[in-house]
Amino acid sequence: MVYPTGRKYTKEHEWIQTSGSTGVIGITDYAQESLGDIVFVELPKVGTELAAGKTFGTVESVKAVSDLYAPASGTVIEVNAELATSPEKVNKDPHGAWMVKIALKNPKELDALMSAADYEKFVAEEAGH
Amino acid sequence: MKRMTRKATRHVNQNEGLIFEKSSAGKAAWKLPPLDVPEVDTAALLGGVERKDLGNMPEVSEIEIIRHFTRLSTWNYAIDLGMYPLGSCTMKYNPRVNEAVARVEGIANGHPYQPERISQGALLILKTLSECLLEITGMDAITLQPAAGAHGEMTGLLMVRAYHQSQGNARKKILIPDSAHGTNPATAAMVNYAVENLKSDSRGMVDIGALEAQMNKDVAALMLTNPNTLGIFEQNIHKIADILHAKGGLLYMDGANMNALVGKVRPGDFGVDVMHLNLHKTFSTPHGGGGPGSGPVAIKKALEPFLPRPVVVTKTDGTLGFDYDRPQSVGRVRAFYGNFGMFVRALAYIQANGPDGLRQTTEDAVLNANYIRKGLEGTYHLPYSTPTMHEVVFSDKLQAKKGVRTMDIAKRLIDYGFHPYTTAFPLIVPGALMIEPTESESKEEMDLFIEAMRSIAEEVEEDPQTVLDAPHSTRVSRLDETAAARKPVLRWKPTA
Amino acid sequence: MRYLPKSPADREAMLKAIGLRSVDDLFAPIPAEYRLNRDLKIPRQMAESEIVDFFRQRSRENGDGYTSFLGAGAYFHYRPVVIDSLISRGEFLTAYTPYQAEISQGTLQSIFEFQTMICELTGMEVANASMYDGSTAAAEAVMMAVRLTGRRSVVVARSLHPEYREVLATYATHQGMPLTVAGFGENGRLNLKELEKSITAETAAVLVQSPNFFGTIEDVVAIAEIAHKHGAMLVVSIAEAVSLGIVEPPREADVIAMEAQSFGVPMGFGGPYCGVIATREKYVRQMPGRLVGQTTDKHGKRGFVLTLATREQHIRREKATSNICTNQALIALMVNIFMTVYGKVGLKELAKQNLAKTAYAAGQFAKHGKVLFGSAPRFSEFVVQTSEDPYAVNGRLLGHKMVGGLPLKKFYPELGNAALWCCTEMTTRTAIDTAVGLVAESERSVRSGKEEVDVEEVAR
Repeated sequence: MVYPTGRKYTKEHEWIQTSGSTGVIGITDYAQESLGDIVFVELPKVGTELAAGKTFGTVESVKAVSDLYAPASGTVIEVNAELATSPEKVNKDPHGAWMVKIALKNPKELDALMSAADYEKFVAEEAGH
Repeated sequence: MKRMTRKATRHVNQNEGLIFEKSSAGKAAWKLPPLDVPEVDTAALLGGVERKDLGNMPEVSEIEIIRHFTRLSTWNYAIDLGMYPLGSCTMKYNPRVNEAVARVEGIANGHPYQPERISQGALLILKTLSECLLEITGMDAITLQPAAGAHGEMTGLLMVRAYHQSQGNARKKILIPDSAHGTNPATAAMVNYAVENLKSDSRGMVDIGALEAQMNKDVAALMLTNPNTLGIFEQNIHKIADILHAKGGLLYMDGANMNALVGKVRPGDFGVDVMHLNLHKTFSTPHGGGGPGSGPVAIKKALEPFLPRPVVVTKTDGTLGFDYDRPQSVGRVRAFYGNFGMFVRALAYIQANGPDGLRQTTEDAVLNANYIRKGLEGTYHLPYSTPTMHEVVFSDKLQAKKGVRTMDIAKRLIDYGFHPYTTAFPLIVPGALMIEPTESESKEEMDLFIEAMRSIAEEVEEDPQTVLDAPHSTRVSRLDETAAARKPVLRWKPTA
Repeated sequence: MRYLPKSPADREAMLKAIGLRSVDDLFAPIPAEYRLNRDLKIPRQMAESEIVDFFRQRSRENGDGYTSFLGAGAYFHYRPVVIDSLISRGEFLTAYTPYQAEISQGTLQSIFEFQTMICELTGMEVANASMYDGSTAAAEAVMMAVRLTGRRSVVVARSLHPEYREVLATYATHQGMPLTVAGFGENGRLNLKELEKSITAETAAVLVQSPNFFGTIEDVVAIAEIAHKHGAMLVVSIAEAVSLGIVEPPREADVIAMEAQSFGVPMGFGGPYCGVIATREKYVRQMPGRLVGQTTDKHGKRGFVLTLATREQHIRREKATSNICTNQALIALMVNIFMTVYGKVGLKELAKQNLAKTAYAAGQFAKHGKVLFGSAPRFSEFVVQTSEDPYAVNGRLLGHKMVGGLPLKKFYPELGNAALWCCTEMTTRTAIDTAVGLVAESERSVRSGKEEVDVEEVAR
């Protein structure tokens, strides 16, 4: 699996892509694969303050609920409304189906996250357990 | 189906649509007697709140109703058809005399507010059942009000909270083992307690060291299922109670698995302070496709002032009545007195058994589970070798190598004429197969079950696809749960 | 023991197969000091005939043969015989929760039909598979509003069933949710001015009952307007389901919490009954309880499954919408069959009869006692004020094997000598006339200054 470069990854399997002071957040292919068929995505409202490492929403499969963790702090400026009616997009195109866009509060926070290559290694180890 | 099973044979069952699809104007299954008072002008009486139309409610005849529901019923598996080995659910025989006595006129039609003078029969049933349950549990006082096990948990924790409050501090959290039922943490949250997980040790029991480390004055209670969901009796139960009590905490026992203990050991004797019972498990009231249940809560003396209102008392004139004057009560958890019809059934069950019958029942339940354990050991992986009581938990570790998981084996079991065991629970066993046969199964039925389970294990080796595609013999194959959850269709609508 | 399918030889053989010598070995994991080495002190094993005799005797001591005017949350309606005939089928009676959909289609389809009919009757978009009863359904509906609004306080109508109010108080207290009670006016309806005063920007829900505890139909439209103006949700409790046959459902409500006992469920001294929650589709993820949904199998065939289970305790644990697991499925099946029997036309005719009997009775009582709250429409209950203590009035009726209205002093001391009377299609004109006659007699006796009956002894 190739994870897109130019993004940062968390140990909780979220990705974040920045352009200027905006961060776009989604979950990784590994995450959608282990969750199975996603049936519902619960996202915060525009204007919500996210704190790095804290939960900001949930993704549900038929028999499991997983929290979403913010890769970085910031204010939600846009939510992918499409996921409300088509949660399956997360399964089909995890790295395209973004969830929220935030105005980054402290872009330096991203330095602590993994690169695509590091994340791929991390995932390989986790799957090995 | 490649293998033949001795247990079941396929047979035709009837198709049947939704009742709305049979409806047409002018059909009726009802007839009211002539009105013996003057007709009323509904518009004049009700004005703007008069309802004109009842929408898409059905119009069908009586024979159609009988066929409709009878056909539907034949699509269900049931205890009456065969073994129903759902772990932790105690699917035992539901005696028919229970049903008969619950329908006797004065019992079925008693009004909850009729004067106590003409409610002595119902009150005596409440009192007698309470006394029996107290003797069985070894506890001091009881409420029958909670409507189900989870409702009992809530009532029990409310009393725990009230007790601690009376001591000056409600405390903050409840300890819950990682093997617990989901209702335990959900209940703690409803009563506004934080949940703290407690690890199990390598034998599948509460890790005493962890408990000692986690126990402090913020802990209101430990919610413990005993035997636990692995079917293992917590051998250090008194030590557990002592650790809690030393720091002012209480021991709550989830009585879901009481079928392993009745007549053999009493929770009140091993340090339990609060516990609930499930009359629909241990005491044979029917599950009815998901309810009703009944979840009495038994407690030690120190918690008695906090019992929900009202409490049954014997009055000075010797008659029975309700006492509402309970200033320290946690309040009501339900209108009226609880699921009375279930009390009637549970008492009839206790009477049919007596002390000797209840003991034999427990012994048979434990014997049956151990017989199955022995019969399937080796064929299925046993994650904990600790001796078990009324249920046994295997894992799908051996079959997973072929890509077959516990749910697949469960579905294949349907083709062999059995209801599946509980799958994927407890959470501490990955791919769990949780089997509780209860006392109601004969040796022959269990031999068939063991044979079926072994046969499926062989299929997994030879032809895993057959198992993965199961069931093959039901009127519907595996249903698309993902589609159901993504675009929920929760009611019928007429096609435009 | 007649329920146990094993001979002593079977047990021997099984022990041997396990490799144990005696049954005691099976219980070895239990520390010896806790094992019970005596018989339980409970009644001895009884024959089936003795058990039947025991309960027949209890039945005779339990109001068997009395005509009753009691309602107040438990209603005596005729139960078509097909109900018991069908629910007694073992496939319904002795099945578990339908988690294994392929062998539970009977239960699942019947719940789907139940959900549909509850929606039709309440005017809501979704209904769950059942709650314990009307009181806990109301409390859970309020909790749902708390989650949805993010607010914590609740305004409750004093005209809500007093025991429902108590249950809500129990649920709310430990969540630290403030409850305010809004009183009723001269017409028995919720006092809208008081509601307006009680409601704040922190109010999550307004909870009313309609028809209310006095049988009076609330002005739901006006109440909804006030609640919604302040951003609160309106939860309406319905305790007498038969009213839905002739009374407009509270369509303006956000959540309806219903008690469906009237639909074919025996009064059974207070339970088991059948609570239901119905609401709008957009709120479904905060609704507690099981839900059945329609889907298809691998071959495209229609089938039904339990769905949206991530709301529930077995998945979301401490973050679940409720801890409810076991519900009232078999009772919901009774309700389902009842609704099917009466259907679109029958329910309306049934409700009309209830209305007619009540109108007649209230009219007759008004000739002798004072019937309160006459200026607002009512369904099947009404409050009668008498000169004599209602317990004494009931003492007179008991002598005629009749149970009069529920004395309200315990719940509403401000109403004085008042009692809540109820009529259904089962109440005969003869019974009404007899009861009215006895109330008239009571009024005459008070006026002529005769001694009162010893209340305590006679009618508690």
